[in-house]
Amino acid sequence: MAGAAWLVVAFPLLGALILLVGGKRTNAWGHLLGCATIAASFVYGLILFFSTTGQEEAARTSEVSLFSWIPVDQLQVDFGLRIDPLSITFLLLITGVGFLIHVYSIGYMAHEPGENDRRRFFGYFNLFVAAMLILVLGNGFVTLYLGWEGVGLASYLLIGWYTDRPSAATAAKKAFLMNRVGDVGLAIAIFIMFKVVGSTQYTAVFDGVANGAFSSGELVALTLLLLLGACGKSGQFPLQAWLPDAMEGPTPVSALIHAATMVTAGVYLIARSNPIYTASPDGRLVVVIIGAVTLVIGCVIGCAYDDIKKVLAYSTVSQIGYMILAVGLGPFGYALGIMHLLTHGFFKAGLFLGAGSVMHAMNDEVDMRKYGGLARIMPVTFVTFGLGYLALIGVPPFSGFFSKDAIIEAALGQDETWRAWVFGGAALLGAALTAFYMTRLVLMTFFGEKRWKDIKSSDGREFHPHESPSVMTIPMIVLAVGSVGAGAFFAIGDTFTEWLAPTVGVLEESHHHVIPHAVVPWLTVGLSLLGVLLAWLFVGRKRVPLSKPEPVPFPVRAARADLYGNHFNELLIARPGTWLTRALVYIDNKWVDGLVNGTAALLGGSSGRLRRAQTGFVRSYALSMLGGSILLIAALLAVRFA
Amino acid sequence: MNTAPVVPAVTTSPSASFLLWLLLLVPLLGGIAVAFLRDAKTAKLAALGIALLEFVLVIPTWIAYDPAGSRIQLSSSMDWIPNFGVHLALGVDGISLVMIALIGLLMPIVIGSSWADKLPEGRSVGGFYALLLVMQAGMIGVFAATDVFLFYVFFEAVLVPMYFLIGRFGGPRRQYAAVKFFLYSLLGGLIMLGSVIGLYVVSGDKLGSGTLDWATLTTVISQESQATQTWLFLGFFVAFAIKAPLVPLHTWLPDAAAEAPVGVGVLLVGILDKIGTYGFLRYCLPMFPAASKDLAPLVLVLGVAGLLYGALLATGQNDMKRFVAYTSIAHFGFIAVGIFAFSSQSVSGAVLYMFNHGLSTGMLFLVVGMVIARGGSTLISDYGGMAKLTPLLGGLFLVAGLAGLSLPGTNSFVSEFLVLIGAYPSRPVFAILATIGMILAALYVLWAYQRIMHGPVRGDALLGALKGPGAVAAPETATRQGIKDLDAREIAVLTPLVVLIIVLGFYPAPILDVIGPSVEATLHSVIPLGGN
Repeated sequence: MAGAAWLVVAFPLLGALILLVGGKRTNAWGHLLGCATIAASFVYGLILFFSTTGQEEAARTSEVSLFSWIPVDQLQVDFGLRIDPLSITFLLLITGVGFLIHVYSIGYMAHEPGENDRRRFFGYFNLFVAAMLILVLGNGFVTLYLGWEGVGLASYLLIGWYTDRPSAATAAKKAFLMNRVGDVGLAIAIFIMFKVVGSTQYTAVFDGVANGAFSSGELVALTLLLLLGACGKSGQFPLQAWLPDAMEGPTPVSALIHAATMVTAGVYLIARSNPIYTASPDGRLVVVIIGAVTLVIGCVIGCAYDDIKKVLAYSTVSQIGYMILAVGLGPFGYALGIMHLLTHGFFKAGLFLGAGSVMHAMNDEVDMRKYGGLARIMPVTFVTFGLGYLALIGVPPFSGFFSKDAIIEAALGQDETWRAWVFGGAALLGAALTAFYMTRLVLMTFFGEKRWKDIKSSDGREFHPHESPSVMTIPMIVLAVGSVGAGAFFAIGDTFTEWLAPTVGVLEESHHHVIPHAVVPWLTVGLSLLGVLLAWLFVGRKRVPLSKPEPVPFPVRAARADLYGNHFNELLIARPGTWLTRALVYIDNKWVDGLVNGTAALLGGSSGRLRRAQTGFVRSYALSMLGGSILLIAALLAVRFA
Repeated sequence: MNTAPVVPAVTTSPSASFLLWLLLLVPLLGGIAVAFLRDAKTAKLAALGIALLEFVLVIPTWIAYDPAGSRIQLSSSMDWIPNFGVHLALGVDGISLVMIALIGLLMPIVIGSSWADKLPEGRSVGGFYALLLVMQAGMIGVFAATDVFLFYVFFEAVLVPMYFLIGRFGGPRRQYAAVKFFLYSLLGGLIMLGSVIGLYVVSGDKLGSGTLDWATLTTVISQESQATQTWLFLGFFVAFAIKAPLVPLHTWLPDAAAEAPVGVGVLLVGILDKIGTYGFLRYCLPMFPAASKDLAPLVLVLGVAGLLYGALLATGQNDMKRFVAYTSIAHFGFIAVGIFAFSSQSVSGAVLYMFNHGLSTGMLFLVVGMVIARGGSTLISDYGGMAKLTPLLGGLFLVAGLAGLSLPGTNSFVSEFLVLIGAYPSRPVFAILATIGMILAALYVLWAYQRIMHGPVRGDALLGALKGPGAVAAPETATRQGIKDLDAREIAVLTPLVVLIIVLGFYPAPILDVIGPSVEATLHSVIPLGGN
């Protein structure tokens, strides 16, 4: 079965090609083709899954070499696929959730500006899926890099989708650039691998790690460089600023690319490179720190925003922080990180689709202060969103409870007591904050008075909210079912961790507990409920003002300003960069060019001659010849007497 | 039909060596013939026919070359100036073959792209295309010469048609740009002539009678003392560094590229500049290995400085053609790093880069030309939101840009990746600094795209052209009603480039296989044991 696995990538790639090259001729049926290609890949993924589940552990991994991509001497970059439990898991997530969001987009994009362009949207979407599949299915770090930058391109194109908004173009460019900073880390990691083991294929690199080919310094360097790549792609500190801006793209894009799949690629990268991380505890500590820091700042900023998509975006940043923290725990957490990634893929995609449905009903308004009381008007959206909400804040038995609680337990189970307290504490704090901002979001959107009744949207229309068509609600319902059941399905009986074991190793359990094992779930749920209660006290029982309350204390101001992440970038990179560029342009024109012109003029007698070249040309030529001859003779003499 | 030079007096490998003479003479004689054509249409058709014939001739040449065979193939030689040991000697290795293929490929595209150009008042169409073809012959000669003096002659000879192409057919400041280009190149050439004479003198001391045969010189000179090698190396190096161009000898390129007609600009950045990097590979490394090794750190510094400096300056440009020129300066920095990092991967990457850059930057220059042809202004600030009016042009601008920033899946990724991964093991610091160039490349490409193509339609050039006459400086475009997307000719010109950019992004093996053994042989002179 694995032999024809390239079909999985080929379907969406072909779809993208037909839709982007075919142009207007494909307008009528383009969206259907776009969905069909993803469905075909999903079906093939299921076949692959069922053909491997029954197998022995060793037989669940296979490699298919397709062709030799970059062969130069010792460097032999193979273009091939690696079919193993980890890649099949991602394959099913990407094509499964991807298919649902494609279907949803048929409805969502039908009424968006530039509706004649819907087939181009599906072309980009198919391109994204193809690149994402190359990323997870490739059998080496260079094929991963191909997919890695490929999804970056698709993300760039789709963030900048609304061409009427200059902010969309800026956000798209920012996303690509910050990703490239991360990509440089990944690239240098690949260079080190080639230097040490002479190959960039997974098997050779991991064998090299096992054989001790890498020094401990090189291993730490690898872990940090791969982490830099992961931070760029997954919106982790300090490269998190692009992800909230990426919400400029259409909501289905936010759901698929900037919540469920692409932004989790960093987690995939670390889990895929597990032999490297397992061998370097120091590197893993940095991963845990980054995860913990990101999950807290994501929550804090999420509490302060009124833009429904940005709250969800910071929620994504913070949830990926959980995943990064988990994979940073090494053998204690690889499988847990991936499990949270999967459940998050369901419920966060569902939440974004729900938010899209609300925006659809509310003339594309994203400010939650203008929402309110939508629960009864949009019952399907409300119920599906509500289930996703319960999953995200980790209420048992919804999926997020199982996956997040497992991570918190693992973080609290670290051997060094200070680590257990600091990182476990951060994870617990995150759980409470998550419950707070999500409850605030749900209260402001679905409950309370209908604040939209007396106002108009920014384009002057009145609000007439309505439930979305079934082409949108059905994908939401399916994802809601996943948000409810996926966690229990994966976690009970350790089904999922055992399935992943051939790739990431057997999940180890800690016997060191700073908080008794049985208490942790109660504590987590208790803190979440505290967050819900606080949100009700601050938001639910009061009137929500239409504009932001001012003045507010410093912490709120800081959170509203993204904890000054953008200011920091602006001050340290953007502004000095602009000045440097301007200075160099000036220097190049005035000094470098002037210096060379001056030298030529020296040979030619006067500088005016070069500019009045028509008349001075012959003389300049002659004098240059003379100058050249002098140099020539000097060179000759030097050679003879050297 | 011309068969006179087919059988040279001395032929070392008679099999297919006539192909190189055909490749040289078809555009030369064809160009001379085109110069006499009065009718514009006939001249264009004749030029296109000759360029296509030349492209067809490349195919048997490519097939006749055996990558596993001897170092220089299809070679032939005739006495020229016996007193000085100078021969009319042609031959190719994998590196020069790839460059000749690039010339054959780009020339019909350049002619197709220039089809609708409005030449300055009073200039003859036949003259323009004749000069293009004569320059093609000169460039073929540069890459096919195996006699150092013959190489020098071609090296200087290509200046003449280029000088007239810029100076007679270029933009408003064409005279200034042409003279600047000419003086720079001439100065470099004269310095190189000093070294060529030096080679003759030194080989005369060694062998009894001097020679300028490349193969003989590589064995003789490479045994010379460090000091001799260094002086001779510098003569060649300066000439090539001006040509490539490396910072700080680069300032002629933005002027020349900005003033040159678009098609000529494509040849300038796509091929003519590669003579410099080709010279490093063909002359500096094999003839002066000790000097090359000794001075490699210096060249690496120039390369890395150039790739960062060129990228930052590209970001700061407002003129689209100067923008493309500065991106090229950044790319030449990468090529120089690849060559002087001396590993099979980095040098193969550099050679592949020379080929790929001709496609990707050539395409970027063409696309920019198509933008300018519609708006009548070369300034980025006169445009905005153009993709709304011309979605296909916008899409292809992005494709060219993505190839320029070396996105994986495009041809340029393979070459840039090879340069960096090959440089890293022996020169980690330079490789890491060069990766900053990857970030800057994304910045300058996407920022230019954003300013020209994205957002609502804006900018004086576009709004002026849309409103009708009088709104814009260049009257001939302002009178046009509206702005149209690409026409069939433009699509035909760009399609082969797009296809090659993507195909070679995934399957570069056909080119890597041809250049591989020549790269190994080149490296063998620098590092006697080969490999890393």
